[in-house]
Amino acid sequence: MDHAATPAAVHHHAPPQGFLRKHVFSLDHKVIGKQYLDLALVAVCIGMALSWLMRVHLAWPNLPIPGLAKLSPNGAANGVITPEYYLSLMTMHATIMVFFVLTSAPFAGFGNYFLPIQVGAEDMAFPRFNMMSFWTTCVAFLVLISSFFVSDGPALSGWTAYAPLSAVGKDAGPGQGLGQTLWALSIAIFCVGQLFGSLNFIATTLDLRTKGMSLARMPYSTWAWFITSVIGLIAFAVLLPACILLLLDRVAGTSFFIPAGLVISDRLQPHSGGSPLLWQHLFWFFGHPEVYIAILPGFGIVSTILPVFARKPLLGPRTLVGCMTAIAFLSYTVWGHHMFLSGMNPFSALLFSVPTLIITIPATIATLLWIGTIYGAKLRFTTPALFCLGFVSVFVSGGLSGFFLAQPSIDTYLHATYFVVAHFHFVMAVAAMFGIFAGTYFWFPKMFGRMMNETLGKWHFWLTFIGVYCIFMPMHYLGLAGNVRRYSAFTDDYLKPLIPLHRFITIAALLTGAAQLIFLYNLIRSRFRGPRAPDNPWQATTLEWSTTSPPPFDNFGGHPPVVSHGPNEYGVPGAAGDYVMQAASEPARVR
Amino acid sequence: MTTVASPPQSPPGAAPPRAQPPTATRGPEPRPAETGVWVAIATISMSFAALTSAMVVRASAAPDWQHFRLPPILYFNTLVLLASSFTLASARRRITTVPALDGLPRLYLTLGLGLLFVTGQVLAWRQLAAQGLFLATSPSSAFFYVFTALHGLHVLGGLGGLLYVLRRLRRAAGGPGPTTALGAATLYWHFMDVLWLYLLVILTIRV
Repeated sequence: MDHAATPAAVHHHAPPQGFLRKHVFSLDHKVIGKQYLDLALVAVCIGMALSWLMRVHLAWPNLPIPGLAKLSPNGAANGVITPEYYLSLMTMHATIMVFFVLTSAPFAGFGNYFLPIQVGAEDMAFPRFNMMSFWTTCVAFLVLISSFFVSDGPALSGWTAYAPLSAVGKDAGPGQGLGQTLWALSIAIFCVGQLFGSLNFIATTLDLRTKGMSLARMPYSTWAWFITSVIGLIAFAVLLPACILLLLDRVAGTSFFIPAGLVISDRLQPHSGGSPLLWQHLFWFFGHPEVYIAILPGFGIVSTILPVFARKPLLGPRTLVGCMTAIAFLSYTVWGHHMFLSGMNPFSALLFSVPTLIITIPATIATLLWIGTIYGAKLRFTTPALFCLGFVSVFVSGGLSGFFLAQPSIDTYLHATYFVVAHFHFVMAVAAMFGIFAGTYFWFPKMFGRMMNETLGKWHFWLTFIGVYCIFMPMHYLGLAGNVRRYSAFTDDYLKPLIPLHRFITIAALLTGAAQLIFLYNLIRSRFRGPRAPDNPWQATTLEWSTTSPPPFDNFGGHPPVVSHGPNEYGVPGAAGDYVMQAASEPARVR
Repeated sequence: MTTVASPPQSPPGAAPPRAQPPTATRGPEPRPAETGVWVAIATISMSFAALTSAMVVRASAAPDWQHFRLPPILYFNTLVLLASSFTLASARRRITTVPALDGLPRLYLTLGLGLLFVTGQVLAWRQLAAQGLFLATSPSSAFFYVFTALHGLHVLGGLGGLLYVLRRLRRAAGGPGPTTALGAATLYWHFMDVLWLYLLVILTIRV
């Protein structure tokens, strides 16, 4: 392996001394990456527990849930969830999952750990900002969780916090007092953390690439994190002022989002002239790109991992980067499709509908590239490979329903139903989770120097894969049958015949959630007792596999690599190991 | 450490294939600090663009938009901020030469002008408050306070950056100055000027 003495080789800070600097307030991108992943793990456990509570209540609305009364004496007095508390659980589930899991893990977590190594740098461009980014995010999480313990409970206006109910205060119901204020504060703080992170990702990618690491040679995961940072930089820059305005409406008496003459809970609200639609525009200008902030790192992870196990180069690598760039650009032109029912000029609806349909083109091309990559390959069915295939499967399943929802006339019927719940859980949540699982199984040996258990990994995959289809596929039928979402129970109306299907979904959700214990056990046990991992257990090409497992403090032992190859050198004719690493000085691929 | 598979076999008589030469990917001096400031400029611009669009929408949403005269001190503050950019540019020219400490007085002057600007903005708030125009009085006053407060916070951030440069400069003790950090701080400071001029124009038009 060649080494370079470049400006990037000069480390920004000395190795940490002492426990706090080493493990808590660390400047090392690898520690910060693991901190993000640990935070996401805690968040996903809470988020999943909340979904269990909701699902149990939907299936058996009068069933008391032991211990719940202690968490919320008002929301679940006898352990039975009130409709208002159901909305709080829904709001917190979505907020925790979208912000602190789907953004924190695949983007901030894996990105922090691997982006600098994959470009051959020793750390992020601004390590102090990086540390601040994590701890700001952590504070945001604590602020959000603290709302569980305030007197009237957490916010209940959904993760979208639609005004005016999110803006008027406690007149709008339990949870709309301090709980909603804490929600807005938490998201504002979260935005600051993500802006610090995006700034670091972009500067590191542009300025700290090692010698030879041209843009064309950058790994696809790095491309994905870079593009995601650009999206985040713009999206969170809009959500932050929106949250500030929302907070001012709540605590300072302004009227940005609250109209005049609004009577809530028999009280005339002391505001005038605000526009609730303004909040929706600002929120969804962030909200739709947020979908891609969650999913594009999964694109990068799958595009990096699939060729490793297919032992074939990725099909159309430049096309893939082009697709991700196109998706990033188009993501800012489609926000209005979330607002077809919010009172929109039909011509505006058409303007948002067309780019929404167009954005399926790069997404479809990317999917075809993955399928083309594995076509004819002797695929190694390892756990990370399985999760990549699962990613493609659920992404296609969720993407197909997007075609229907993109059309205003069809969306009018489906928008408030479980069809939408099925759509976004498949295409955004489950797909992103499969990307996270694929990344975890793939990079765990590098991060901890130990292998995860493959048998447990495969059990985890199959149970999860079958489970998510059992949970979310029937929701399409619920939606088509007119089953509205956000309702806490369906006992006394036309939806009663659908209760058995709800019970099936609940049982599937409980079992799929329980299957995650296999992952948790594997994760913890392998961290301490897994077999020692070699430096390159998967015979992969990118720079992280050129260094030790786990990497040293400065990533390359004081010798930054020189890159002579692209990340796609698999199936090289005549090569004993059929691949050429990026930092290899040996001959390039001959085709 | 795992390295690489063995080289591919070449046909007999053919020249052996060579590794692609490493290509230069960056300029001779990558400046992450300046890149970071450009990225920060992009994101700050986006935030203020979002607020501007919010103001335009809100102004036309209801007939409660109340026009008022901007406090005259804002124009004085504008001159102070512009002057600070000139003093900073001059300080930078001096600091990039040796001895760098020659630029120190102009850097202090920039800091003083920056503080004067922030103080002036607070005085503008007090003048508005004396007229009975508070944050919640009208949407126009609300946007005025929001814009000026957020800009003021960013200026304070810039002052923090200049203090950092000042500390580095004093530590350099006559040697080469912290040119990269100074360049980044200067870029940011000039952007604060441009941003303020933009805000002044839209506030004049809308408020």
